[in-house]
Amino acid sequence: MDAAPNTAHHVAYTINGVIRMATIEPWVTLLDLLREEFDLTGTKKGCDHGQCGACTVLINGIRINSCLVLAVSRSGSVVTTIEGIGTPDQLHPLQAAFVKHDALQCGYCTPGQICSAIGLISEGIAKTRDEIREGMSGNLCRCGAYIGIVDAIEEVLAAAPDANSLP
Amino acid sequence: MDQEQTVTGKSILRVDGPQKVRGEAKYAAEYNIPDLLHAYVVTASIAKGRILSIDLAAARRFPGVVEVLSHKNRPWFWPVSFLYKDAAGPPGKPFVPLDDDRVYFSGQPVALVIAENYEAARDAAALVKVTYKAEQHTTDLAASTAFKPRKRRIGVAPVPHPTGDADLAFAVAPLKIESTYTTSPENHHPMELFATTVKWGKIVTVYDKTQSPKSVELFLKVAFRLIGRKVRVVSTYVGGAFGLGLRPQQSVFLAVMAAKALERSVRLVLPRDHMFALGYRANAVQTVSLAADEQGRLQAVRHRAVAATSQFEDAQDPMLLFSASLYRCNNIKLTYELAKLDTVSPCDMRAPGAATGMFALESAMDELAYVLDMDPLALRLTNYTERDQSENRPFSSKALRECYALGSERFGWHKRSRAPRSMREDKELIGWGMATGAWEAAMSPAPARAKVMVRSDGKFEVTSSITDIGTGTYTILSQIAADTLETTMDRVVIRLGDSALPFNPIQGGSWTAATSGAAVQSACRKLKSTIRSRAKHTGVLGRGQGAELLSASALIDLLKLQRGRKLSATATMFSFPFGKKFSSATHAAVFAEVRVDEELSVVRVTRIVCAVAAGRILNPNTARSQIIGATVMGIGKALHEDAAYDHNLGRCMAHGFADYHIPTNADVYDIDVVFVDETDAEVSPLGVKGVGEIGVVAVAPAIANAIFHATGERMRHLPITIDRLARAGSR
Repeated sequence: MDAAPNTAHHVAYTINGVIRMATIEPWVTLLDLLREEFDLTGTKKGCDHGQCGACTVLINGIRINSCLVLAVSRSGSVVTTIEGIGTPDQLHPLQAAFVKHDALQCGYCTPGQICSAIGLISEGIAKTRDEIREGMSGNLCRCGAYIGIVDAIEEVLAAAPDANSLP
Repeated sequence: MDQEQTVTGKSILRVDGPQKVRGEAKYAAEYNIPDLLHAYVVTASIAKGRILSIDLAAARRFPGVVEVLSHKNRPWFWPVSFLYKDAAGPPGKPFVPLDDDRVYFSGQPVALVIAENYEAARDAAALVKVTYKAEQHTTDLAASTAFKPRKRRIGVAPVPHPTGDADLAFAVAPLKIESTYTTSPENHHPMELFATTVKWGKIVTVYDKTQSPKSVELFLKVAFRLIGRKVRVVSTYVGGAFGLGLRPQQSVFLAVMAAKALERSVRLVLPRDHMFALGYRANAVQTVSLAADEQGRLQAVRHRAVAATSQFEDAQDPMLLFSASLYRCNNIKLTYELAKLDTVSPCDMRAPGAATGMFALESAMDELAYVLDMDPLALRLTNYTERDQSENRPFSSKALRECYALGSERFGWHKRSRAPRSMREDKELIGWGMATGAWEAAMSPAPARAKVMVRSDGKFEVTSSITDIGTGTYTILSQIAADTLETTMDRVVIRLGDSALPFNPIQGGSWTAATSGAAVQSACRKLKSTIRSRAKHTGVLGRGQGAELLSASALIDLLKLQRGRKLSATATMFSFPFGKKFSSATHAAVFAEVRVDEELSVVRVTRIVCAVAAGRILNPNTARSQIIGATVMGIGKALHEDAAYDHNLGRCMAHGFADYHIPTNADVYDIDVVFVDETDAEVSPLGVKGVGEIGVVAVAPAIANAIFHATGERMRHLPITIDRLARAGSR
């Protein structure tokens, strides 16, 4: 143990449209890389075991629990975190709908919920309230804002049923 | 200001919403400081005993590790236990991590690894070798001895004295029930992990997950004798807490200890499994005996509770408070006891005590209704009381009757067929149940302060150390300030959750809106009169005396004439809890529909109507969310949440959300919240009663009663899991 073997890897991603590089150990998760190395703390750690969904981000447009992704395994990917959703001047329709429907209280699960909802909409499977509820059940909310969350997603889905029409 | 322009009482969107949906809101673990060290806790694998040896060598050699601390090499802190008392602590000796070689509970911190990065600290923690001398432990409430706590916990109402002769009345009454109800321990599990980031320096800035930055600041100053240093505790955003942040937590103690030992900045994030050993909702065994005459009038109420506590503290909560005051009865006997377990101390969890006690009382009322062959709602109305008989005084307001009326109407209760198993659709049995909820409505016994200042841009800055744990505090305090200052909310800038800001008590007891809100209102009123008198002196009175004087341009002019003097006001809100002529409580009526798969015993809570009387509602939008959220937590209490112990190991078998189930989106169907009108001039200056906890109280009994109605099975243990219901049905 005294002499640390050189196990570090060079990795690069396009995160929110910006190329980010780092040298990391192979056991570092994408979640910890985002939060600790890139200071993208909008992505939350709630369990570190893929049980709560607070760490949900989009990799190449697909929603994923970033705590279950070893960062080295997805080098080269396009990653979207909550910081890359909406613009400083204008909220993404889902962000606006979450505020409008009070789909949050403490706000800790919220970035994961929004990333997950974007992924859900682009999957194109969920059409009804029941399907939204089922498809969003990987994202826990202890404040219990589920009704507002479904209201918000339902509204955005009705206005833009095709995910490609979302910004 | 006319009614149309005011914002208090209106559904205003959460002011911190945009920051939260953008991911800009920073929580305790999200302040990235240069040269930050990361800590990880090693926890005890036995429930009781002593540490014989602790081998730190392998962990120390691990690449990146800076230090490993245990009780043997930790820095000095006061060895006097009373110094670690906090505002929310029960009688006893508070637990202090790494104090000595004793192990009080499984999952107790026994060492702390500090490393250059998180992964190294975590991995090295696995290399710490601890040997123990285990002693006989007990974590089984049923197997331990009950006792009456010798010292009462400050702030918890005493158990009401007996009235009449409940034993005799019960013995002679014609119609009665007596049942025993049990509950599993529950954990709070806010989504944010308990975490602390300490920025070490001349000023020690502690970013902490807490419901009281002020009490954490005081605790740290005393514990670590930080002479010559200023301690500032910052909790701008708190990712939920539900009571687990009422007391200074193990995480903040350990993080500051490490920072002091190494004189470096340190972050400690507890993993989810460690959060099972921070505190829990006390499990309890309760026996309720109810007797009635033929008309359903209560003749006797007996309620005995034995609640879990730790070996080192006598945790207490108001489990029986409403058994004496909710229904009219002349013969009441209440017994509240504790039993010591080798666990961490229980910690207040949303409507502590009441949520568990009312499960027993309201289940028993439902059982009695069936003995009487009476509608459960009619039984409650028959025993309705306008006076608090336990204190022999009237309520400051009590619109529970209106809750029953409005709730039952929205639910369609009159269409219910009384017999169990009488409603079904396809493979599912349908059940309708109801229960009453009550919770204390009070101002904080500790004072609250607020400051409001005119900024150079003519906006008002409101500051208070109170936190917003998801409650909507930022929003309602902004509304109160805007209305009092006769302006719009966009001219109010609010800063909270920082111990450097004016003193506020812990955020708990559903008292924040009433207490901190009144302080903000008072500070704003003072500022207005300050502005008027200064305007008089400086001669800017040409603009009139009214709202014109408070316009941004007038205030900017006034500030210029002040030559650097600030325009600000601070107010303190005191509330005296003694000598009150009224009792005050919030009330709720909850109606629940369940659908139970007859073959598989899967329960779905398809509909809940919750009618709430909570005085003045400052913001129906955020208040409704509070009630919905508490209802969801009540569904968890009824059906899911079980911090199950292996009593042989004395260890909680749940480690995360995979085994400690909380409601998911798919578990939550239709929840209809309605606030009934209730005016209360006595309870608080704003007429506010508080909505943080009342929502959870009646949900679990309403669901349990609905399950009885659906299946004919009386489930007297929470949670009512699939296996328990299936087993009951197969008997």
